[in-house]
Amino acid sequence: MGKYILRRAFQMIPVFLGVTLLLFILTTVIPGDPVAIRAGERALSPAARAAFVEKYNLDAPLHEQYFTYLGGLLSGDLGESYRQNREVSQIYLDLYPNTARLALAAIFVEVIIGIAAGIISAIKRYSLLDVLVTLSTSILVSLPVFWLGMLMQVFFGIKFKEWGLPYLPISGMGDPPDLIHLVMPAITLASVSTAYVARIMRSQLLEVMGQDYIRTAIAKGLTDGAVVRRHALKNALIPVVTFIGLDLGAMMSGAILTETIFNWPGVGYAIFAAIGQRDWPVVMGGVVLIVIVVMVINLLVDISYALLDPRIRYERRAV
Amino acid sequence: MGALMRDDKTTSANDPMQPTAPPTAGEAAQVASKRSGKSRTLWSDATRRLRRNRLAMIGLAWIFIIVVIALSADLWAPQWLGSPSEFDSTTMGELKHLPPSAEHPFGTDKRGLDVASRIVYGSRYSLAVGIIATSIALSIGLVMGTLAAYYGGFIDSLVMRLADVFLAFPYILFAIALIAVLGRGFVNLFIAIGVLAWPTIARVVRSSILSVKENEYVDAARALGASDIRIMLRHMLPNAMAPIIVYGTMSIGGAILSEAALSFLGLGVQFPDPSWGHMLSEARGEMISYPWLMIFPGAAILTTVLAFVLLGDGLRDALDVKMKD
Repeated sequence: MGKYILRRAFQMIPVFLGVTLLLFILTTVIPGDPVAIRAGERALSPAARAAFVEKYNLDAPLHEQYFTYLGGLLSGDLGESYRQNREVSQIYLDLYPNTARLALAAIFVEVIIGIAAGIISAIKRYSLLDVLVTLSTSILVSLPVFWLGMLMQVFFGIKFKEWGLPYLPISGMGDPPDLIHLVMPAITLASVSTAYVARIMRSQLLEVMGQDYIRTAIAKGLTDGAVVRRHALKNALIPVVTFIGLDLGAMMSGAILTETIFNWPGVGYAIFAAIGQRDWPVVMGGVVLIVIVVMVINLLVDISYALLDPRIRYERRAV
Repeated sequence: MGALMRDDKTTSANDPMQPTAPPTAGEAAQVASKRSGKSRTLWSDATRRLRRNRLAMIGLAWIFIIVVIALSADLWAPQWLGSPSEFDSTTMGELKHLPPSAEHPFGTDKRGLDVASRIVYGSRYSLAVGIIATSIALSIGLVMGTLAAYYGGFIDSLVMRLADVFLAFPYILFAIALIAVLGRGFVNLFIAIGVLAWPTIARVVRSSILSVKENEYVDAARALGASDIRIMLRHMLPNAMAPIIVYGTMSIGGAILSEAALSFLGLGVQFPDPSWGHMLSEARGEMISYPWLMIFPGAAILTTVLAFVLLGDGLRDALDVKMKD
């Protein structure tokens, strides 16, 4: 087990270096001069320009800039924003909790609705309910999430208000942040994954229900409910839990579309805006943070998977 | 594309749309002829199963309709509905924001342009991005996946780590950065979406080639002196094709969603070119007063992507492909 974890952890290093290198190359080839963009309409005096170049060490050869950046990373220094006069780490310290809140709320929706729908449609296989679940999962995967968000805003935000019904707030996090502002963004972000959870849950449960030990449990006179709860669910849940873990990682990397629709101040939108402004320290720092979070979550998922199911340790070697 | 490219473990036997029927005499014959080793039977068998899947056939029919609409738009859309992009500023005042009517079935937008006509022409961009981006992803993914699986060892590790690097990036942010490199415009958008989809395809290709690599006919071909390239192209790829077809179909839907998302963020197709995602982006500020500006383009994206998803599901069942990580 220890060996397995070490090997997986070591695999992260080249991927991480690759990501930072690729990102660094991207920032150097993307056209647009950050100095000029920062100055905006006003022409920048040569002295101010020189000061900017000096401050951010933009004169140094590219490979030197890259190694300086990596060195900073190792000591936890993400640099300073070109535009905001703030430390990049400070910016994300402010924004990351918002992204995490939204991600956790979305995972909550996904777990409750996805698993319930999957179990129901597996138990009531071929029933109308099952057909409905299967069809709605196909629709959910095909739905542009930003459109779903807009539809909900118009319906539950605007129309409900017009009709005098209790309505949901359509943007922001609330001041101070509250749960009611979280409802629509969380459902929007969770929509696609909920469909996948339901599908995986259903097919896994059906597969497990066909196995011999389940037949034994039924033969020994257990009720259907007890068979599912006590015997089938445990095994069927393993791939579902894995999917949810990986999905948490994906959601922790920010949700640009959901954040844009609901004016949610998260990391996804911040990086998106920073690319437009050519604020490279913010872009680099944000993506580096995201990649670290995602890789650590993926590693934890892999480890827990290997703990739950010892066969994996050996099978995964090829990948 | 991200969401669609996620692996889905639904297995063929479990689809409620396809209650398992007892095999007919015809099917028994099919199975028998499959055993005798004719390569045609796998495909005719799959076609037969696909035809029986009602949802997949609905998807296929809808795709056919959209292709016909996209190809024939010039013949009828401008005459019947009006131009999708040219507007007259003198009549704009009276034509703008008209609700759906017989004359403008989906209403008009803030420039007085017919929404239905823009959706009809928008189908061209959506289909183009689906096909072009998927072709790009397939070409890169096929080459990388085949090389990785065939040679194994160092090349395998190199290709797979490169795929990991691509997959570690948050998808939309990567696409945004690539478009920033290439410049805006729909051709660059197609390229960015296609390039970013290669790792998933490469993984699928790699695992399906690995599954046929150890077969005796590969050894036989090698013993007969076939070159590496010939073995890859003639013996391995055709037998590893089923999962690639399924993923390819799914990724067309995924590419259409990606185009919509990026155009929604203002990075893809720009006015006056009609794109469903960009129409939604423009509708966002006016959706409360003029909901038709938002409803119809969104419905166009949903139904088109759904058609490819249903067809992909049907193909997966018909070809009996098990999706795995």
